[in-house]
Order: sequence, then C-alpha cells, then structure tokens
Amino acid sequence: MSKNTMTRADLSEAVYQEIGLSRAESAMLVEQVLDLISDTLVAGHNVKLSSFGSFVLRQKGGRMGRNPKTGEEVPIDPRRVLTFKASQVMRDRINEGDKASA
Amino acid sequence: MIKSELVQKLADKNPELHHKTVERVVTTVFNEIVEALARGQRVELRGFGAFSTRARVARTGRNPRTGEAVPVNAKHVPYFKCGKELRERLNK
Repeated sequence: MSKNTMTRADLSEAVYQEIGLSRAESAMLVEQVLDLISDTLVAGHNVKLSSFGSFVLRQKGGRMGRNPKTGEEVPIDPRRVLTFKASQVMRDRINEGDKASA
Repeated sequence: MIKSELVQKLADKNPELHHKTVERVVTTVFNEIVEALARGQRVELRGFGAFSTRARVARTGRNPRTGEAVPVNAKHVPYFKCGKELRERLNK
C-alpha cells in the first residue's frame, strides 16, 4: 500500500485478509466498531483503548469570538469537543517509523 | 468504555461469530491504524475523524529534577481530528 491515505476500505481489506471473513462482513464490522465508539462518545462517555489511545470529551465554555476578517464580535456557544490522547505504545511505534526512515 | 467492553458490544451484535474472532477484528482495526501512521500515512475515516502525525523539531529539553540539558530528537506525534458528522452529533 503506497498511497498516502488509508480509508475504511483499507481497514476492511485488512480484516478480510487477516481474519478470513467475507468482504461484506469485514466492511460491516469495521463500520460497527466506528459506530460503537461514536455512539458511546455521543452518550457522554470516554473511550479508552489500551495500546491505542483514549478518546476524551471536554466541555468548553461559551465565549466571545471575533470574525478575523471583519473584526465583528460573534458569540461562541458552550460546546463539547473530542480530544484524542495517543497511548505510549502508539507514540513509540510512530517514532520507530521515524528511525527506520531516517 | 474500554476495549473489552467494545469487543463485548460488537460480539452481541454478531452472535454468529466467535468471541475470539471479534476480538481479533478489533485488534486488527487498531493495529492497522497504528501501522499506517508509523509508515507515514494518514488514516481518514469520513464522519468519524482523521488520524495523522505531526512533526516536532529537535530541541534541547531539560530534566526538570536536575535542570540538566538533554537533547530531544525530532519526532512525529500522533494527532486526531474529529470528523464533521461526529462533531455535530456531540453537540445536538
């Protein structure tokens, strides 16, 4: 795989190759994994996946923002944002990649 | 929710599959993402979000305990940007 971007299709292909389920079933399972994570976050719970990382919700307060082009003040509503904290395992693996290509 | 709970929920949705198989599916998905990032690829999952890496330049750090200068090599750190659809669902 020399493309620069991996997508759902590549993930389901990997599941198909590794596990030997049908292509349709592999694609459906990948989708279900993403949906289960999304639904859990929407319900207000964090998701912690060992050796991968954690998806953590943060509550941001409302504030006055500014349209940078017009200088006009615009209110920014309080909102929930999602942050991802990568595990040390992922960080280390990515830096091994750096050394390999250096 | 932790990984074992994710596996359990996925297994509940797919009673025809062995628990072990479901576990391997979950492991494969996350491994593939990590390996793609390690190869320098980005991983784009529309509606969910995108994983990428960001370059950090080499710098001189300091051991906070001793105050000693220590070189920190240039590296890449993982980054996740929440997808539009998920971001909107979080604020409905």
